[in-house]
Amino acid sequence: MRNIRWIAIIPFLALIIGPFFVNRVDPLILGLPFLLAWIVVWILITSLIMAVIYAADPANRGNES
Amino acid sequence: MNGALPFIAAAALLALALGFLARRGKDMSLEQWTVGGRGFGAIFVFLLLAGEIYTTFTFLGGSGYAYGKGAPAYYILSYGTLAYVLSYFMLPPIWRYAKEHRLYSQSDFFVRKYDSPTLGVIVAIVDIVALIPYLVLQFKGLGIIVEVAGYGAISSTVAIWTGAIVVAAYVMVSGVHGSAWTAVAKDLLILIVVIFLGMYLPHHYYGGLASMFSAIEQAKPGFTVLPPHGESLWWFSSTVLLTALGFYMWPHSFGSIYTARSARVIRKNAIVLPLYQLILLFVFFVGFAAILQVPGLSGPNIDLALFKLSVKTFDPWFVGVIGATGVLTALVPGSMILMTAATLIANNLYRALDPSADDRRVSLMARLLVPVVALVAVFFTLKGGETIVALLLMGYSLVTQLFPSLVLSLAQRNIATREGAVAGIVAGVATVAVVSLTGANFHKLPWLPPEIQDLNIGIVALILNFIVLIVVSAVTRQAAEPARVAAE
Repeated sequence: MRNIRWIAIIPFLALIIGPFFVNRVDPLILGLPFLLAWIVVWILITSLIMAVIYAADPANRGNES
Repeated sequence: MNGALPFIAAAALLALALGFLARRGKDMSLEQWTVGGRGFGAIFVFLLLAGEIYTTFTFLGGSGYAYGKGAPAYYILSYGTLAYVLSYFMLPPIWRYAKEHRLYSQSDFFVRKYDSPTLGVIVAIVDIVALIPYLVLQFKGLGIIVEVAGYGAISSTVAIWTGAIVVAAYVMVSGVHGSAWTAVAKDLLILIVVIFLGMYLPHHYYGGLASMFSAIEQAKPGFTVLPPHGESLWWFSSTVLLTALGFYMWPHSFGSIYTARSARVIRKNAIVLPLYQLILLFVFFVGFAAILQVPGLSGPNIDLALFKLSVKTFDPWFVGVIGATGVLTALVPGSMILMTAATLIANNLYRALDPSADDRRVSLMARLLVPVVALVAVFFTLKGGETIVALLLMGYSLVTQLFPSLVLSLAQRNIATREGAVAGIVAGVATVAVVSLTGANFHKLPWLPPEIQDLNIGIVALILNFIVLIVVSAVTRQAAEPARVAAE
């Protein structure tokens, strides 16, 4: 389970490399230009990813030291 | 007297009252004053860390950037998110080490890790040089906000002086407790105001987001995507990476880690802060809405977009509420910067000169320095011209230079030596200074491919810093090795 923390790399790929493939206006997603929508969606996914990492991290279980 | 003024005045009084009340029931030792006795739970730490997102820079600058430049503004959303991902892994070890060794400042961290008071002084100086312009920016923003939202009834000079006195007073009394309490009021207000503005304005003027962005695309094709040159994809990606690394190197953000009660508090925040940051999206909507409604602002005036549109749209009392919010976005980060700068001078410069000074003396010294730092910042705000702008642009790049030696020091076996850390930071900082003061950039080297020309030049300083650090560390370690063997 410790290896699951490597999924933290995904937001970096999505937000640093990703824009090269999605730098366009259309289609508008929920009214947003496609590039902006891409960033917003990835922020939501990032929060989810961090929640998964948090849940899997043994440091967050039991009593706090 | 107009309808806006009572709200703006109320914001200043509220900050003052909360700032003073925060002191109650605490004996203000240096540990309480500067790191809240290391007892803050998730909410306070969250608000202190989130304080970095909503400064006047994001309130005015975020909307202004979207108004004036369009898509490049998106970088502000991206870099914060990545900084929070890093924070999950990077901050808990920093917090633990700071607690074990009872550290007060970022400079303390370097002193301990590298066992080098000299490095501590260098870090403190870099920090202070970066912090003062940042404080000036908050004061400048405050002046603009009060002048525009108060319909010119209060001059920006009066606003700046008043704001500086208020913030210096409650920082002296309550330290970081004052910042945390006022942050509660600030974040509540900004949540309500910004979400309302971001939803209302696009609907009011365009009938919805989709029709707003379509109208912008028609008037200014390509404005909501990154341009092929200049602030292009290459600029965007390099800037996002660089600023994500530098995010927690700001000494006041670094210091707010120390206030946490436990490491878990910090990890929890890494889940919530990316979501919270999405509120910036609504700030962008305001900027975008202003493009076709209050056209013609250019240069530094693009930062007025939010208030110009608000004055055009709303009754004075509501402009006053927005102004009040703006005042708090200046005071809260201002208070953290002020406290951090005073702590650095007292704890890392004064104490370095006079090692016999005890915590009591340093604590007193730090508090007496608060009004001094505030005065210096007011002076630069009122008198500063181009130099301060140059310094400000340097600030982020400067603190980012602390990243390599900090991250390496978290490893179990640090490959960086004391000399390597000093040399790397000095090389990086010198590069930043030369580049900023001469206005150098890759566009001046026309033989480079256009992609490289668009890269953020801060990358060069960071790479140079890293190379110098590695080389000097390798050399000094080799020189030290035989000596250590002999000693054993």
